[in-house]
Amino acid sequence: MPPRSTLSRRTLLSSLAAAGAASALRPLSPAAARGPVLSRPIPSTGERLPIVGLGSWITFNVGDDSAARDSCAEVMRAFFQDGGRLIDSSPMYGSSQEVIGYGLTRLRRPSQLFTADKVWISSGGRGPSQIEESRRHWGVPRFDLLQIHNLMSWEEHLPTLFAMKKAGRVRYVGVTTSEGRRHDEIERVMRSQPLDFVQVTYNVLDREVEDRILPLARERKIAVITNRPFRQGALIRMVERHPLPAWAREADCANWAQILLKFIVSHPAVNCAIPATSRVDHVRQNAGAAYGRLPDEAMRRRIVAHVEAL
Amino acid sequence: MPEWWTYTLSDIQSFSLHSYYRLFELYNAAIWPAQVIAVALGLGIGSGLHLPHRGSGLHKWRSRIIAALLAACWLWVAIVFHAHRYATLTCTARCFAWGFGLEAALLLWIGVIRGRLTFERRPAGLAIFLFALVVQPLIGPLLGRSWRQVEIFGVAPDPTAIATLGVLLLATGRVRWELMVLPLLWCAISGATLLSMNAPDAWIPLAATVPSLSVAVSKALARRRRPQTTILI
Repeated sequence: MPPRSTLSRRTLLSSLAAAGAASALRPLSPAAARGPVLSRPIPSTGERLPIVGLGSWITFNVGDDSAARDSCAEVMRAFFQDGGRLIDSSPMYGSSQEVIGYGLTRLRRPSQLFTADKVWISSGGRGPSQIEESRRHWGVPRFDLLQIHNLMSWEEHLPTLFAMKKAGRVRYVGVTTSEGRRHDEIERVMRSQPLDFVQVTYNVLDREVEDRILPLARERKIAVITNRPFRQGALIRMVERHPLPAWAREADCANWAQILLKFIVSHPAVNCAIPATSRVDHVRQNAGAAYGRLPDEAMRRRIVAHVEAL
Repeated sequence: MPEWWTYTLSDIQSFSLHSYYRLFELYNAAIWPAQVIAVALGLGIGSGLHLPHRGSGLHKWRSRIIAALLAACWLWVAIVFHAHRYATLTCTARCFAWGFGLEAALLLWIGVIRGRLTFERRPAGLAIFLFALVVQPLIGPLLGRSWRQVEIFGVAPDPTAIATLGVLLLATGRVRWELMVLPLLWCAISGATLLSMNAPDAWIPLAATVPSLSVAVSKALARRRRPQTTILI
């Protein structure tokens, strides 16, 4: 599959020009040594979000396992220390929301937290009670972003979410999909609804969204969160069997995770990638993708060609 | 779920193999020494199936006792494992709890209250039962799982379902499909869950369905081929 995006160094630099504003995020500790964390503005408000967030699919679903809950809290601690803000979850993710709430309590609710959750229920009428239950699990006064998970009953949930936004009970509204499903429908929703966010699958091998969804997001000024950056770990397991290419240094990448993540977040329409992990060393590797130079268009083509050839 | 056919098992699998195995580790620690009692019940069922009790007072009640013990195991797994433990990882565990509860009720109704289950010695059924009771708990540790994560008949779902299939294959008369459906279904669900996580022991519940189904189908076919007695007046 040939690369489809067109991105000049100028575009790239201008899209990241305000990265310094992220210094206002005041990470808990040493990230500042690597320079400012790279961030992008949410188009609907201009609020800046670091380009690497934290997902919780599978990795934070550890049930009542107190040792595993502590590990997840340490992952969150490292994430915040490295300048991260956005944590994403869903009622579909088992105990993940409760585990995030546990971690936030242990970390005394870091002020830079940006909460992103979803509504995932076929009944529109039961959406508010599910959202309230999710909020209690997180232990936060309100969510920053609420998304409709996999577009489930979106016609019923969207009016609820917009009403909540108007009442100040949520700050942003979005919809999600994954694995390339229902792109025609998500495109229709993006065209017809005043969304703040859209969440889609995008990685070096799954680039279908480059055709229509990402350009449309820029046109409609909708922020983009990208899920499955490592294809649930399969992609990174595949590439890590091979040595890190020498050209990785040109984009300040110290490992494969950073190459794969920087490919995603170097697309100008993408605001944030949300890799999930249960390991502190991995979350630190991932967070490193929010620092230093990002690949330009030529480098992006090179990454695609290289990974596809592996 | 819209476009449900586009979802693979791994797309909807919401926990990791590590978390699943840890679930058994924590569960085993919490219920100890229930495992000892469960194995003793299993040995009791095995003895009841294997040893001739003719002439003893137990003979009349043997089948009912076996069905009651199995029902108790299914009910335990429904409540203590599925509803209380597994439900912390996946909301589908609540459905599994109802399924296991239903199987317990069926065993009680058919085997204990109505006394419609009687057993005879057959090598295939006994082999499957003994596999679940003795061999299956050893396979996980042999494949690298911690001993603390073993799955034991009577308290863990897989060996309980497989052992039940073995017992039901020993039933006299027609194949007890009404009692076999849920154990077979559970074996398929459990095998698929483990497969989606690339578990090395995913083959166990799936493999258990093959001899169980084969023996049951051949028994059913043999009964169909048997000449029917017609009474002419």
